[in-house]
Amino acid sequence: MHLLLAILRRLAWAAGLLVAVLAINFMLIHAAPGDPASVIAGEMGGGDEAVMASIKKAYGLDQPLPVQFVTYIGKSMRGDLGQSYTYNRPVSGLILDRIGPTILLVLTALLIAIVAGTLLGVFASRRPDSFASAAVTVLSLIGYAMPVFWTGILLVILFGKVWPIMPIAGMRDVRQFGVGGWPAVVDVLHHLVLPALTLTIVYLAQYSRLARASMLEVLGSDYIRTARAKGLSEWVVTFKHALRNALMPVVTIAGLQFGHLISGAVLVETVFSWPGLGTLALEAILGRDYPTLLGVLTFSSILVIAANLLTDLSYRWIDPRLRGK
Amino acid sequence: MSATPSNMQVLSPLREAWRVFSRNKAAMLGLLLLVCVTLVMLLGPGLYGVKPFEIMGAPFTEPFTDRKLWLGTDYLGRDILAGMLVGGRATVMVGLAAAVITVSIGVTVGSLAGYFGGWIDSMLSRLTELFQVLPALLFAMVLVTLFEPSLGVVIVAIGMVSWTGTARLARAEFMRLRGLEYVSAARAMGASHLRLMLREILPNALPPLIVSATLIIGVAILFEAGLSFLGLSDPNVMSWGLMIGANRRNILECWWAVSFPGGAIFLTVLSVSLVGDGLNDALNPKLHLR
Repeated sequence: MHLLLAILRRLAWAAGLLVAVLAINFMLIHAAPGDPASVIAGEMGGGDEAVMASIKKAYGLDQPLPVQFVTYIGKSMRGDLGQSYTYNRPVSGLILDRIGPTILLVLTALLIAIVAGTLLGVFASRRPDSFASAAVTVLSLIGYAMPVFWTGILLVILFGKVWPIMPIAGMRDVRQFGVGGWPAVVDVLHHLVLPALTLTIVYLAQYSRLARASMLEVLGSDYIRTARAKGLSEWVVTFKHALRNALMPVVTIAGLQFGHLISGAVLVETVFSWPGLGTLALEAILGRDYPTLLGVLTFSSILVIAANLLTDLSYRWIDPRLRGK
Repeated sequence: MSATPSNMQVLSPLREAWRVFSRNKAAMLGLLLLVCVTLVMLLGPGLYGVKPFEIMGAPFTEPFTDRKLWLGTDYLGRDILAGMLVGGRATVMVGLAAAVITVSIGVTVGSLAGYFGGWIDSMLSRLTELFQVLPALLFAMVLVTLFEPSLGVVIVAIGMVSWTGTARLARAEFMRLRGLEYVSAARAMGASHLRLMLREILPNALPPLIVSATLIIGVAILFEAGLSFLGLSDPNVMSWGLMIGANRRNILECWWAVSFPGGAIFLTVLSVSLVGDGLNDALNPKLHLR
């Protein structure tokens, strides 16, 4: 009962956040210089007063602002994010087409980075003066200071020019279009290597450092001493007792980063021409396709809100003490 | 470890901090690097004197082949070295200005929420959460597109999307400090809210805020570089990110046009973060471990 109530309260707050995000979007459209109708007319190649009036009517721009706002919220809630100027089709469909590649890219990088980074952090925390610990320090410094697009470009130069064994652009080989089954999977995975590696480097730096700091803190607590005093093996103490608590900050950051996956992938997708939502947003900017751009923004805000909800729930799964509350 | 009382000297907090900082090799290396980068940026363009947008030679001139064009030219034939020397100014200026905005908004919101608590806190915390939900890079991209790609808009955009972390930090610090006895004593002597916040609490909340500010400078520089790489910064101001973005489509033909500016961003951010780590150790005497 408590759990249900807590979830309901979070859902209500999430809905409130969503409306606030939509309000910000709405304000942005109307605060920007130039009115939306003339922007649309401009995209269509210009038009006279009559054309402007018909555009205003078609897009509901002749209504008073509060009415437009309510319509906008209502439509967005029903999943209608408007019509793309350049593609002339619903924005929601465009987003659904492009979400797959982005999720594939970010999830691959996140999973590798979380597993490898946590293991590296655990190993480093066991021996603070070891080579592994120094490696974590250096790795996290470099990973933090390298602009992610530069990392990608260096990999492109390395594997596209110096030692050309990897595809450096797109998700499919042009010669393989229309091919299905396993060869297609292998082709996509082959194209995935470099972009995923670029993102992994960034994430790995964060997770290894986070996991080490968190493990060091947990390993110093009383219950660990108790576990050792009981005569448990170091293996059990580290992985069963300490790691479970040390994972909390890792889960927090992972949830946050999964929510922000579109923002995080924009630069990498641009470097590798990966056909995801990041490149869609950039195309929308270059084509002045505001509905698509704002649609991607709305959609990624929803993703952040959803990821935050899931993170909250996963705390309860990791830490049983929170279940009663 | 800790010194014995007999040879412990009483130093002012600043000198004590400098003593710890100057013993930290990585931090000193970062400081040295930062001074070098700053000097090159301030003096370089004046000494070298080539305009970064002017075509100086054949396109795609390789570095170290032409005596006049040390670092080669890009796809238009613009001098890379001139761009490198001038380009740091915009990148670092935007980074610094955005960090100032970030810290100002963050500390204002966080200190009000932490000091007053109650409904002010819950209102401001909700505002913070709202801005945390907005995807930072995408939101900045939208702002720059809807308005105009000028340095001012870029600075405001970066500031608007990055202040939430500082706000949470400042809130926690103010919340912790406002309950301490010395603050109650000052309050009992009739100090105003403003005086309590600025003169009593803020100085003690400063060390973690300074450390986070240095980290924010690094993040803001990276943010600016990312935006200008995407072509979303002022196209009339040469910056490292702009150089990389302009040559993005010719990576394989002229690796030098993207590698050198990227390396410059890397070194600058690295030096700032090394200094930040050093400050963290120097200003947090309790953190002398690891």
